[in-house]
Amino acid sequence: MILSLIKKELLLEFRQKSTIGGVVVYVVGTIFVSALCFKGHLDKPTWNALFWIITLFTSVTISGKSFLKETGGQALYNYLHYSPSQFIIAKTLYNMVFMLALSFITFFFYGFFIKNEVENLSLFILVLTLASTGLAAILSLMSAIASKANGNFAIMSILSFPVLMPLILVVIRVSKQAVDGIEWAGVGLNFIGILAALNVLTIALSFLLFPYLWRD
Amino acid sequence: MKNWYKILSVILISYTLVWGLLNPVPRLDILNETIRNVYYHVPIWFAMLFMMTVSLIQSLLTLTKNNLTNDAKAYNAAIVGFFFSLPGLTTGSIWAKYTWGTWWTFQDPKLNGVAISILIYLAYFILRFSVDDEMKRARISAVYNVFAFVMMNVFIMVLPRLTDSLHPGNGGNPAFAKYDMDSNMRMVFYPAVLGWIFFSYWLFDLKNRISFIKNKLND
Repeated sequence: MILSLIKKELLLEFRQKSTIGGVVVYVVGTIFVSALCFKGHLDKPTWNALFWIITLFTSVTISGKSFLKETGGQALYNYLHYSPSQFIIAKTLYNMVFMLALSFITFFFYGFFIKNEVENLSLFILVLTLASTGLAAILSLMSAIASKANGNFAIMSILSFPVLMPLILVVIRVSKQAVDGIEWAGVGLNFIGILAALNVLTIALSFLLFPYLWRD
Repeated sequence: MKNWYKILSVILISYTLVWGLLNPVPRLDILNETIRNVYYHVPIWFAMLFMMTVSLIQSLLTLTKNNLTNDAKAYNAAIVGFFFSLPGLTTGSIWAKYTWGTWWTFQDPKLNGVAISILIYLAYFILRFSVDDEMKRARISAVYNVFAFVMMNVFIMVLPRLTDSLHPGNGGNPAFAKYDMDSNMRMVFYPAVLGWIFFSYWLFDLKNRISFIKNKLND
């Protein structure tokens, strides 16, 4: 059931090539503007901060849309065919995959247009993975809330930014270590533990809370 | 006597306001006399956290029982808690000016945590204003409140314990760890915590009665 939902989402996404193309152009455009503004004069902390700000804004923009199309007849169809817990898990998993792909695309173009400062690449990739799944999980639930609240984009950002802060602060911290090239032995593993725990916690809460949002 | 806690809160707060300034305190580096802020600043935060917890419980009740009374209570508790964050910030900021030499710093996880929790509750209020249907508003804002409460607690309870804080008692800074307070200070601190928590509950009760009357008038 969950797999068929994910498959449906993917099909819809690829059928509308304008959205998926739009996302990539959006990311590349943002990075190119930043590259022109900074002209390569970035030290490591700035490089790190800018990367995560771009990722944060992209993910809020993209995930904000994920529940907006589920209105009217589409919502009624989903309501009749799926249980709410299946639905939110499928949405969250789909958004996770999407965000993962997107953040690696962001990292590639960021390294290409600006520069690649990362010295401990394996750590950075681990952080990027956990961060994008975490972002996707939190933003899926926020998007569900925002879509019920006559979802405009402003309400999505107002709701999301404060609850994303714990995740972002931990991510910035660990990613700074990756950029500085700290060896695995010296890395604060409890922070990576927190990142993983935030992922699990968010999914569990979505699973418990979404059924209450589901009915209208 | 259902009003016992109101009387007790007035007595306890007046006692701590007076005796908090008069009683002897230990002389510690940097802190000196400013250690007395522990009687005002910390209990006010405790009162805020208490109200946020009340708000969480009422939101959970809203979801399980699906009724509007609990929703109104959750909102009132959030308003009172939000109201307590303002004196909490002011007392902390004035204290910080004389000990850390600055009104605000981003180095301390507790300060960031507080800023974030204020933003979370502002978002909660805005979310409430943007939904018209009452039942729908109750459910949506309850879901956000529960989620936000958990995230806020990750922020203010878990993260500060993993990093150094500039707050007294953390990261090798003197005082306000439980061993640094002597028995004289405890005589004021614990009554102050109780007094402010009772006081916040009193305000919460008043807000509830106001919204109850407003509801009756609308019907």
